[in-house]
Amino acid sequence: MTDICILGAGIHPFGRTDGVSGLQQGVFATRQALGDAGVDWADIEIAFGGSSAAGNADIMVNELGLTGLPFINVANGCATGGSALYSAFAAIRAGQADLALAVGFDKHPRGAFDPKPADWGLPDWYGETGLMLTTQFFALKLRRYMEQHGISTTTLGRVAEKAFENGALAPHSWRKSPVDLETILNSQMVNDPLTKFMFCAPAEGAVALVLGTEAKARELGIAPVRLKTATVRTRPPGSFEVFAPSLDIERGPSPTVIASKAAFEAAGLGPADIDVAQLQDTESGAEIMHMAENGFCADGDQEQWLAEGRTRLGGRLPVNTDGGCLACGEPIGASGLRQVYENVIQLRGAAGARQVESARTAYSHVYGAPGISAVTILQR
Amino acid sequence: MQDIAEQLLTDGPDPALIGGRDRATGRIMFPLPADAGRFEPVELPRTGRIWSWTVQRFRPKSPPYTGPEAFEPYAIAYVELPGATIVETRLTGFSFDTLKVGLPCRLVAETFGGRRSYAFAPVESLDD
Repeated sequence: MTDICILGAGIHPFGRTDGVSGLQQGVFATRQALGDAGVDWADIEIAFGGSSAAGNADIMVNELGLTGLPFINVANGCATGGSALYSAFAAIRAGQADLALAVGFDKHPRGAFDPKPADWGLPDWYGETGLMLTTQFFALKLRRYMEQHGISTTTLGRVAEKAFENGALAPHSWRKSPVDLETILNSQMVNDPLTKFMFCAPAEGAVALVLGTEAKARELGIAPVRLKTATVRTRPPGSFEVFAPSLDIERGPSPTVIASKAAFEAAGLGPADIDVAQLQDTESGAEIMHMAENGFCADGDQEQWLAEGRTRLGGRLPVNTDGGCLACGEPIGASGLRQVYENVIQLRGAAGARQVESARTAYSHVYGAPGISAVTILQR
Repeated sequence: MQDIAEQLLTDGPDPALIGGRDRATGRIMFPLPADAGRFEPVELPRTGRIWSWTVQRFRPKSPPYTGPEAFEPYAIAYVELPGATIVETRLTGFSFDTLKVGLPCRLVAETFGGRRSYAFAPVESLDD
């Protein structure tokens, strides 16, 4: 089977860009990705894209050109970008196209997300009584995990400290200033045990990736980054998901665990082969838990990993090298693709001050409501 | 007083939450799912232990939140009801700095926005 490659990558800086719509940011990123690959919009044979709060992605054809291509809108919560990429990957593998686009963008109002119960198949009282907040889910999942596996709040602080350090080195990040550990730990409590600096915020931004066959890469004279796998899984029985009025007493694995296993199997690789990883870090604890769920360490070992700086730049496995969601914010539609963008830059050796030395294999993981995980493994 | 939702908790002085038992697998869910063919209503145990907890420190957006404008932080938890399921709930009567996993608690009816809802309150032990 032919390898599927990422031929072009584009990004609109994350954060807040007043006066530029989410859609326009998507167009910006797409043009950059096309330029990067050295192809025209007319060359793209199929596109997959999505946003959560900034409109239908296929409207972009108004600005990019009415070429008649199939353009599928994707909506999978925080995993929207991952699902768009998965779809583009699958389309090329199925022989439907030699050149495909995956794009995600978003522009959220300030403050926490305000989901509507009916959209999630939940009764109104669940939202009315103040139980339907993503921040609560993160805190509740984390508190249980900390209790069971001996994770300290200092470790949560270290994750955020690392994120802001890395974010300061990434041109596309939102938060550009390092924040010291004391400030993080002592900042305003939002949902115990998580403080203000341990949470990412909804934001704006866009990412586009041009995917193609290996033959296409040769034709264009591009040294390709190979997409060894793009894997998506929904939740198995007994997983602990956002917006769950009840949980089974008999606990099971998470969608991340099964997506990660399937991805490693598909790529013929294991966690020890990974040089750099981008793991969903909607808050500090998510990164901690996802380190174990993706197979990089045992439950509880994160305490030692963070204390020793193993996930910092220069460590054994740098994690979230552009500062992740904590430093980039979370535009839902774009967030999962930002992780892949960062991995492409790392594998090209173009990451400047945040470059992971001789990175050859890179991993990304995004998680979304109501229990979906998307994993990619890239190799140069 | 009107209930915040139908079939959420039983009537009377000592109410219980109403869950649904999957007739095929025995799995219990809360609240009672609408599919009456698949799920039969069951009264859930009134007492259990805190499985995880947090404190909501900022006012949720309205809609969907219908709590008072003047916001007071409130504690929420998952409570394990033995042999049944783990339910998400507001806590009442706990001091925030004493909250921890494993504390025993008991269902109480609680008025929310003029309607009857539910919460879990502290108890000394699970025997009372």
